[in-house]
Amino acid sequence: MTMPIYLDYASTTPVDPVVADKMMECLTTSGKFGNPASRSHVFGWEAESAVEEARADVASIMGADPREIVWTSGATEANNLAIKGCAHFNVRRGKHIVTSRIEHKAVLDTCRQLEREGFELTYLDPDASGLIQPEMVSEAIRQDTTVVSIMHVNNELGTRNDIASIGKVCRDRKIFFHVDAAQSAGKTPIDVEEMNVDMMSFSAHKLYGPKGIGALYVRRKPRVRIEAQIHGGGHERGMRSGTLATHQIVGMGEAFRLGREMLGSETDRITRLRHRLWTGVADMEEVYLNGSAQQSVPGIINISFAFVEGESLIMALRDLAVSSGSACTSASLEPSYVLRALGLNDEMAHSSIRFSIGRYTTEEQIDDTIKKVRRAVGKLRELSPLWDMFKDGIDLNQVEWSAH
Amino acid sequence: MAYSDKVIDHYENPRNVGKLDDTSKFVGTGMVGAPACGDVMRLQIQVDSDGVIEDAKFKTYGCGSAIASSSLLTEWVKGKNINDAEQIKNTEIAQELALPPVKIHCSVLAEDAIKAAVRDVRGKQGI
Ligand SMILES: Cc1ncc(COP(=O)(O)O)c(C=O)c1O
Ligand code: FES
Repeated sequence: MTMPIYLDYASTTPVDPVVADKMMECLTTSGKFGNPASRSHVFGWEAESAVEEARADVASIMGADPREIVWTSGATEANNLAIKGCAHFNVRRGKHIVTSRIEHKAVLDTCRQLEREGFELTYLDPDASGLIQPEMVSEAIRQDTTVVSIMHVNNELGTRNDIASIGKVCRDRKIFFHVDAAQSAGKTPIDVEEMNVDMMSFSAHKLYGPKGIGALYVRRKPRVRIEAQIHGGGHERGMRSGTLATHQIVGMGEAFRLGREMLGSETDRITRLRHRLWTGVADMEEVYLNGSAQQSVPGIINISFAFVEGESLIMALRDLAVSSGSACTSASLEPSYVLRALGLNDEMAHSSIRFSIGRYTTEEQIDDTIKKVRRAVGKLRELSPLWDMFKDGIDLNQVEWSAH
Repeated sequence: MAYSDKVIDHYENPRNVGKLDDTSKFVGTGMVGAPACGDVMRLQIQVDSDGVIEDAKFKTYGCGSAIASSSLLTEWVKGKNINDAEQIKNTEIAQELALPPVKIHCSVLAEDAIKAAVRDVRGKQGI
């Protein structure tokens, strides 16, 4: 079996071979296998210095002090730690939290849990291009608001929020600001000072590092205090206990170092590939870009092919590894909540595909993708009664459907 | 989602794709589903004066299993009397295509479509 073309880098990325080599040096007797917390021998010291080097590499992607980095198992845990930890610590100040409808489930489900505990949540709707505007945040803030959590880059659309302006709103009102940056590290510049960010979540596996490791940035000046969610030996200044996974941490450090180095060149290259893909399909009829053409990272492009159902499109595109905005199974006939939040109707949401381009994507792969997409969309439209009706000038919104 | 070979075959080479003249009183049309649900199936049959199905055509907006269910159904109903055609059960379709449980509703849609098409042509003929 020949493997499909991988265009799902927003879901996860392969580990860069340079990163894998460095991880391998932290496992066996000939490597740095020691416990970084062991203070009494060289095995521990070596592991600790590898961990601290990685901490500095991760910190420098966002212009932070290494002491502001807390290792976690990924962005999911970082989001949990930041939002629950900060909300709980500041519960006497208030119980209101502001977030958006297009956050990752790791944020939304964390917020749902806080609602069950008696917190009040405001979920902001994005504008039609998928962006959360600073004014929306400003208007939602109340006397008792303690935490605002808004993502930097959206994982389905690639849209990039103006974090610096939202951060300023929060700083002016003395509210803690958390940002999920799982999709933005190494894809767009980050500076926690300029952006007025108090807490920021990261994941290694979105940037050619291993799965199962991430980090939370927690500001020291002015100090942000959070309640630990995992208790134990008091690692990570008490914020996250558990023996540090040296090989994972070293992998994340190296991945972030490479990601920072390659940011400029990769942005240029991937921007060209994105442009090539979009112009290659956009001249077909009834093809729409979801999200913002201006304010987004180049690596994620979400397109609706009207009158073609997403799952059949994915099936026709079996030689491509992409994601669909549709989840039409009898268990859940729900199109993506992110696309719905943009105001897309169900059909358009069902008809969408997310292509995500990354470090190993080539021009030939994009050209191949364009050919396959054009063929598949053409074929499925031939099969589509909706396309027939559209071509006959029938307004589908006027038809009385027998919903089932 | 792994598809069975039969689903893939019908999906790759759908049988009887097309449209029949809906204004003819010998043509019955069944349109079921809704775009918002992610599936719309249009099944048409053309009958002779004895109610035997001479031709059948479909177009489907939906997942691969929905496309395969409707394609298979057009094959099955051709040559059948409408009284027999409307007895076809979704379970037979699901079994033939080896549909997994989450895809059963795609075959239900096909059963609904043939029933609706038969009802339509009966109405037109006043029988
Ligand atoms: C925006 C966003 N946040 C959080 C996560 C979860 O990250 P992790 O897999 O590291 O827990 C992801 C990836 O799935 C993501 O895209
Ligand atoms: S038509 Fe909805 S899953 Fe098959």
